[in-house]
Amino acid sequence: MRRWISKNLIKIYAFLAFVYLFIPIAYTMAFSFNDAGKSNLTWRGFTFKNWQNPCGAPEVCSALGNSLKIGFIATLIATILGTMIAFALGRHRFKGRSTVNLLIFLPMATPEIVLGASLLAMFLNLGINPGFWPTVIAHVMFCISFVVVTVKARIASLDPKLEEAAMDLYASEVETFRRVTFPLVMPGIFGAALLAFSLSFDDFIITNFNSGTLTTFPKFVYVSSARGIPAQANVIGSLMFLLALGIVLAGQLVSSRKNRV
Amino acid sequence: MVDKAASVKGDLRLSNLVKAFGDFHAVDDLSLVIPEGSFFALLGPSGCGKTTTLRMIAGLEEPTSGSIAIGNTDITYEKPYARPVNTVFQNYALFPHLTIFENVAFGLRRRGIKDVKDAVTKVLELVELGHLAQRKPGQLSGGQQQRIAVARAIVNRPALLLLDEPLGALDLKLRRQMQIELKWIQTEVGITFVHVTHDQEEAMTMADTIAVMNEGRIEQMGSPVELYESPRTVFVANFLGQSNLVKGKIEGSSGNDLQVSVHGNRITVPSGRNFAKENSDKSVLIGIRPEKISIEHSAGNTLGGGVITDISFVGVSTQFQIQMPWGQELSVFEQNDGGASHLQTGDTVQLSWKPEFTFALDGTADVDAGTSVNPDEE
Repeated sequence: MRRWISKNLIKIYAFLAFVYLFIPIAYTMAFSFNDAGKSNLTWRGFTFKNWQNPCGAPEVCSALGNSLKIGFIATLIATILGTMIAFALGRHRFKGRSTVNLLIFLPMATPEIVLGASLLAMFLNLGINPGFWPTVIAHVMFCISFVVVTVKARIASLDPKLEEAAMDLYASEVETFRRVTFPLVMPGIFGAALLAFSLSFDDFIITNFNSGTLTTFPKFVYVSSARGIPAQANVIGSLMFLLALGIVLAGQLVSSRKNRV
Repeated sequence: MVDKAASVKGDLRLSNLVKAFGDFHAVDDLSLVIPEGSFFALLGPSGCGKTTTLRMIAGLEEPTSGSIAIGNTDITYEKPYARPVNTVFQNYALFPHLTIFENVAFGLRRRGIKDVKDAVTKVLELVELGHLAQRKPGQLSGGQQQRIAVARAIVNRPALLLLDEPLGALDLKLRRQMQIELKWIQTEVGITFVHVTHDQEEAMTMADTIAVMNEGRIEQMGSPVELYESPRTVFVANFLGQSNLVKGKIEGSSGNDLQVSVHGNRITVPSGRNFAKENSDKSVLIGIRPEKISIEHSAGNTLGGGVITDISFVGVSTQFQIQMPWGQELSVFEQNDGGASHLQTGDTVQLSWKPEFTFALDGTADVDAGTSVNPDEE
């Protein structure tokens, strides 16, 4: 027995680590099948009811819609701007480059609660009322840094000889970018976009300051936790998790197929 | 992309080419003509400016001054994609996201050629890798990637193919095989090849003409035989193979020969093989290749009183280190035909060689030029 334990210690440890990581997710998923009453805190029996009607609880789907809209717009803008900044920082030497490199990290290091509060103060000073667009602007702001860092890492790993080879093979600057540079940096941009979306979708603190009466999904869950979170929130949470898992698995599958024939 | 590049043909002409990085002149007033259709090698230690020269020809680097022309067309400031020049990069630089077929078709497609299938298939057959057309570069071995890099360049039928240390990443056996293969491909397609390398053996095996570069300048240019048998500078004498260089003083001349006194011995050098500049004290360096010296036979020029300090057997020959009475160590390679097999360390011997193998170099030059560079570092 003692021998068996020492032999399998790493496996046991790994198993426990995964249990620790996945219990909250399993709990969320399990309770999406709960035949909940007013609150979804105690197990009252198995049902598909919540999955058949995920928009059943009041406001849950409009909140989700707002989150998705903000997430998509913020991701799009942050990815485009961040990618351009990443190319500028990764490919060109200019005065103040190292300063910019440092400044890019600042939004990541600043506490969200401070960012959120100051953004609200700024919007109010400018006479802009909190709501949808101020939230989008705030999200773009904190997503950009993550996009820049992710894409820049990808650009740095790109062999500049490849671009020289393309130019040598009759591709103009524009074509070199289109045919070689961009396709090779694409996985990095895609990863950055996913990261930006999940950051935006998930954000509560900054959103809470700047969205006014607009309800996003995290805000909805937070507010309803006072009076009981509906099981539909668990359904949507589980769906988002499965979606993210699906994207990751698909990405793995595509890249492993690319490396095989 | 307008296909004006395809019509440019002729000799490659570099005139007074200079590339300066700040105060450092990587290429220093370089002029040379590379005849159309030849296999030309730029040989030199790392940092001698050969790769910079190549990059200027490719258009990847802009010269500080001077000009580059193919035939009568000046291409000095043309963009890389506007010149009829293709490059085989050191680590091949195959596009990892494209199949082998698309890698090879890349240049043709950029020039607006619609039907690429025939040309690509043909060139893949030439390098014997037609069956790998649908693979990605990452799935190929180093040797295969190397051949694809060559195919991707020559499919465009450029006026000039540049090879930047193309075999550097391959192991020795594969390198030998690729040397023969590249030489064969060059004869097959008839394109001018300009090959940059630090490996003197590689340059000698493949090139018709070699230019030996050192510190941004050309030391000497010629056929492999010319460079080896008649090196004109100490650098060339030491960088290409090995040389014994001994200080001497010109005493006079008789007929077509110079008489040189070398540590009390009288050595004959044909006047035509004296490459030393005139100087007031008439000092020269007498040069002789190790395999030209015989320990056993007397053959004109002799240096006596040497003591064997080391013998190493290397198969086809035996290499002797011999300490001369004036302290200098000389190398002698004897063929293993039985003649020198009785010799032992400590024996006193006489070195002798035919006068026509002797050459004379500038007596003021540094005897070690070209020896301290390790040809394998890069």
